[in-house]
Amino acid sequence: MEQSTKDKIQDIINENDVLLFMKGTPVMPQCGFSAAVVGVLSHMGIEYNSVNVLEDPEIREGIKEFSDWPTIPQLYVKKEFVGGCDIIREMHESGELTQYFNDAGIST
Amino acid sequence: MAMTASEIEDLIIKAFPNAKVIIDDLRGDGDHYAAQIIAEEFRGKTRVQQHQMVYNAMGGRMGNELHALALNTSAPEK
Repeated sequence: MEQSTKDKIQDIINENDVLLFMKGTPVMPQCGFSAAVVGVLSHMGIEYNSVNVLEDPEIREGIKEFSDWPTIPQLYVKKEFVGGCDIIREMHESGELTQYFNDAGIST
Repeated sequence: MAMTASEIEDLIIKAFPNAKVIIDDLRGDGDHYAAQIIAEEFRGKTRVQQHQMVYNAMGGRMGNELHALALNTSAPEK
């Protein structure tokens, strides 16, 4: 991955407490797995920003290398990679996600 | 491009020889599977780390030949 792409990814992660790399946008998700995470975040009333990887092929591939995670969506909270769709769903169902956000100082 | 359930299982067993593996074919298109994996290697690892171990066992097929592999991983009960 180009250093410029890596810097771009690091900057946007640093600038956002809660950031979702996804296919499409929260209003128009383009993939079921992205839509599922959008659903969890909106159900919990979490404020977040998103990156539509379909609009930036460099970020689309770069984020996979950056996180050592081969698929999209990817959720970052306070610069920490939390997981993809099934981890977020699993954490949400167990109540662990609410705890995670509270520990990170994010109101739910 | 697609994979069969047994190909996935073989890759997982190769990486986690004593694992218990259950593969569900979610859509019958060879592209969307779920796997439940119980392996000693997961003990003490975070969920993200456990899933990364499985994705690494897929040898770069994740996101290429294999579009989705929903994972449920855990270490065996003591």
